[in-house]
Amino acid sequence: MFITVMKLHSPDIAWFSWGALRGYPTRTWLMLTAMAIGVSAVVVLTSLGEGARLYVMDRFASLGTNLIIVFPGRSETAGINPTTMMGETPRDLTLNDALALTRSYKVRRIAPINVGSADVSYLSRSREVVVLGTTHEMLAIRHWELAQGKFLPAIDLDRASPVTVIGSKIRDELFGAERALGKWIRIGDSRFRVIGVMGSKGRSIGVDVQETIMIPIASAQQIFNTSSVFRILVEAKTREAIEPVKQFIIDTLQERHQGKKDVTVITQDAVLQTFDRILGALTYAVGGIAAISLAVAGILIMNVMLVAVSQRTAEIGLLKALGASPRQIIMLILAEAFMLSSLGAIVGFLLGQLGSWSIRYAFPDLPAYAPAWAIVIALAVAVITGLLFSLMPARRAARLDPVLALSGR
Amino acid sequence: MIELAEIHRDFLVGDQVVHALDDVTMTIESGEYVSIMGPSGSGKSTLLNLLGLLDRPTSGVYCLNGQDVTSLSDIEQAQVRNREIGFVFQMFHLVPRLTAAENVELPLILAGMLPERRKTKVADVLEDLGLADRSHHKPDQLSGGQRQRVAIARATVTEPRVLLADEPTGNLDHKSGTDVIRILEQLNERGITLIMVTHDPEMGQRARRQLRMIDGRLHSDVLNSDHVHHGNEAS
Repeated sequence: MFITVMKLHSPDIAWFSWGALRGYPTRTWLMLTAMAIGVSAVVVLTSLGEGARLYVMDRFASLGTNLIIVFPGRSETAGINPTTMMGETPRDLTLNDALALTRSYKVRRIAPINVGSADVSYLSRSREVVVLGTTHEMLAIRHWELAQGKFLPAIDLDRASPVTVIGSKIRDELFGAERALGKWIRIGDSRFRVIGVMGSKGRSIGVDVQETIMIPIASAQQIFNTSSVFRILVEAKTREAIEPVKQFIIDTLQERHQGKKDVTVITQDAVLQTFDRILGALTYAVGGIAAISLAVAGILIMNVMLVAVSQRTAEIGLLKALGASPRQIIMLILAEAFMLSSLGAIVGFLLGQLGSWSIRYAFPDLPAYAPAWAIVIALAVAVITGLLFSLMPARRAARLDPVLALSGR
Repeated sequence: MIELAEIHRDFLVGDQVVHALDDVTMTIESGEYVSIMGPSGSGKSTLLNLLGLLDRPTSGVYCLNGQDVTSLSDIEQAQVRNREIGFVFQMFHLVPRLTAAENVELPLILAGMLPERRKTKVADVLEDLGLADRSHHKPDQLSGGQRQRVAIARATVTEPRVLLADEPTGNLDHKSGTDVIRILEQLNERGITLIMVTHDPEMGQRARRQLRMIDGRLHSDVLNSDHVHHGNEAS
């Protein structure tokens, strides 16, 4: 006789559910808070994990890319053996060793370094400073930047030259407001002319560039009275070239050292990848733990929704008497849950962003941004758990016996 | 027109079967004014719920306007309730957070009517029942009689052919109770079928046709021809 489909209009659903949410503020706030805490926990914790990962990666990357570090001695042969008893030290690396390493087309550039400390003085001011003997190539290998002047000149490795590049902190301490470029300073017993000042970028693990002073490696060997080299940094042309270059270094130096494998070669890549994996896993783990709080929020939503349904038994019974179909009842309850969980998710997202902003504010070095995947997952999980856990209460509401519901028993 | 044939409704209380309705057969014509009376537990409320499709009979056939509604699905029954039947309850059952107008609007929303048409209909019905100036009040700002009038407005806004009232004056003082009854009778005079459950003989005897239930059975069915204010038998 008159069976056509009755359809609730979505603005009406929204209006009714919104009214229901406002009608029970305690319940609404409770659920909003639970959802918001869950979502913001995910955002803050993953941003913290991601921030830590990026921080460490950045620090390692600032050491240089595709970098291979060579230093004398075999690190594997630790412990006591005949050579340690006889006091024999491994053969030193020399500048000629370093030069030999340039003979591969897969090597982009090399930089041998020597490190020591020396008294540095300008007029009456003096202090003890880390002196780094190195070459022109060092700037490019370590991605450093100059604030003023030029870096060490591109000269032969074995040629000494009385020029120096100083860290900005050293400049401040020795020269104050005075112009440093072109001035002569004394390092140990020799005089060097300042030709450059390091920029602020270049704080890498181990050395603070701002507190060092750089001179050509041959000059450093003279000051420290040595013919050896402390380390050789080798930059491979590509990431894929790292392994072959490593092998090339081992072979070349073995040949030059009468067949003895007496150097240690480490690649930064291996260290970097390990850290990347560990910290990446950490971010996932922390995100997972935070996601549990979302699930807890979901269960809370289910309980509160169940209470809501029994609180509003009479109302649901009335809707049935007025001609609401079971499906319409389910729709209304789910719309309510959807609104609650989306609102909670949005509030949680904003809180989480505020939280990671505060972390960044407190620790400017830490790039604590929540990764996009974490945000998407947090929001999706919030809304989905909200809906999923409301399905049961909604079904129960739809099945309510209107006669019992209206009698208020 | 309502036709009930051999309607049974059994409840299981513990391990005992209670016959709330025991072989009820009757016909109510369109536009009739019927009161159902009887002691509590006699099955009069069960009968009303059944007529309103809030409950299904254990056995028997219920035809509403020539259609067997006992075999309809839940969704179809919901539609029939929405369009053909209005309820007025003893406890009013207004939604407390909604205004009078919004409460009246609910059945139209459930029917999927568009807002513009809803608003005019709601305004008309409220005007008709003398509630125009109360339409933006919440139920707790209204007196008992006003609340029941809002409930009546809600029951009639969909223009149903049957109005079911379960002790509509049970929660009202005598004066507002009489007011409410008058309104219901006026609606009946305009053609709506009015079926009212009451235990108050004074109210019950105002109806032209009086049913008395005892122990789930139809005990008596009296036509009271004295009542003149009921003028609309022809339908």
